[in-house]
Amino acid sequence: MKHVEVFVVGGGPAGLCAAISAAESGADVIVAERSSILGGQLIKQTHMFFGSEKQYAGTRGIDITDILIDKLNEMDNVKILKDTTVLSVYEDGVISIEENGVYKKIKPERIIIATGASEKSLAFPNNDMPGIYGAGAVQTLMNIHGVRPGHNVLMVGAGNIGLIVSYQLMQAGVNVKAILDASPTIGGYLVHASKIRRMGVPILTRHTVKRADGTDSLEKATIVELDEKWQEIPGSEQELDVDVMCVSIGLSPLSELLFQSGCEMAYIREFGGYVPLRSINLKTSQDHIYIAGDVGGIEEASSAMVEGHIAGLAVAKSINKVHENYDLLYKDYHEQLASLRAGHAGDHIRSGLEKATI
Amino acid sequence: MRIQEHPVLDFKKGKEVEFTCNDKTIMGYEGETIAAALHASGVKVLSHSSENHRPRGFYCAIGNCSSCLMEVDGMPNVRICTEPLKAGMVVLSQSGKGEIR
Repeated sequence: MKHVEVFVVGGGPAGLCAAISAAESGADVIVAERSSILGGQLIKQTHMFFGSEKQYAGTRGIDITDILIDKLNEMDNVKILKDTTVLSVYEDGVISIEENGVYKKIKPERIIIATGASEKSLAFPNNDMPGIYGAGAVQTLMNIHGVRPGHNVLMVGAGNIGLIVSYQLMQAGVNVKAILDASPTIGGYLVHASKIRRMGVPILTRHTVKRADGTDSLEKATIVELDEKWQEIPGSEQELDVDVMCVSIGLSPLSELLFQSGCEMAYIREFGGYVPLRSINLKTSQDHIYIAGDVGGIEEASSAMVEGHIAGLAVAKSINKVHENYDLLYKDYHEQLASLRAGHAGDHIRSGLEKATI
Repeated sequence: MRIQEHPVLDFKKGKEVEFTCNDKTIMGYEGETIAAALHASGVKVLSHSSENHRPRGFYCAIGNCSSCLMEVDGMPNVRICTEPLKAGMVVLSQSGKGEIR
């Protein structure tokens, strides 16, 4: 069986930053990514990031990936396995992988799980019809493959993803008929919402999807207004001729490997689903397993990158590979996280952390 | 359905290649996903669900949800939303759960 000091599951923003920090501390690192492209969901983020300069604010997500990959390529103690799916993480710490069709087993000293999240679906009649896609799926289709999803889109969800993808749909020449959100307020940043409204797209709060219809794929969506108790208001139905519906109502952590490896888990509403309990250094209830990014709770790519760095530093230290600037970096990364999670926008994250931290 | 001009992105495409989907010849670009090539040529219905035979398209496009499973070159249950396109691929709508031959 192959041995390695640190094995990182997932080559998105969290996993790449974890690998960078662990490797800079002197550990031997393997990163496994199931796709043939590194960067996770960064590779379709054409917008410039917010936050501070330390999290690459002002840089487009697509360019951040290249910055991270360049850093990794400079180090000879990092091995990157693309087209490699981690199939299992057993309680005894053995990992099984499928690398380009070949089954292998690895016994790492430490594991960092950074598998990210998947898009949630919404319940309404005919929600399984072709033409109804996750908003991130449409972003992949447009921004990676250069293919328009259709002609007329209904966006469900006015969080940052819903707003940003709506804008990107318009950049790609697609008509966005409306953006809905069941809640009484817009969840995403107002700067994004204002931009969309200026382009003439209505953002309908307190609205949801009543049903979808079409022969083989989506042709029509019926939307309905909700009252203060989130109940449908009879007679408020409107029909929209749309061939695409983007569902952007949130994500849930892809935490299956953590369940399997025996980590203590909890359902935390603020984090979008089941997540592992963790220490402030992102160590789970299993001493050899750490987490970073959305798998531990849905947040932004900026905080995923900072968490990656923290997990990388902590993992390396736990096997006596201490980064030469450990104290300085450790303090700085925690300050960055605190600032990303400050204020009203970070309320739910801080509340989730209270429940998830051990 | 292909985006010709984009304010931010410049799409690097592979070689234009031919493949078939349910015996129909379709053009796509090598290396893009099979799902992208099919969608670009207007194919949205990828298969039908095994019990109620409801039409199925992709949902997540990143290999999570299994809504896009098709048979590719004789192999069932291929996630075509992440599988790169190659010249001459034979893609079929899968009926039922797929058989490993």
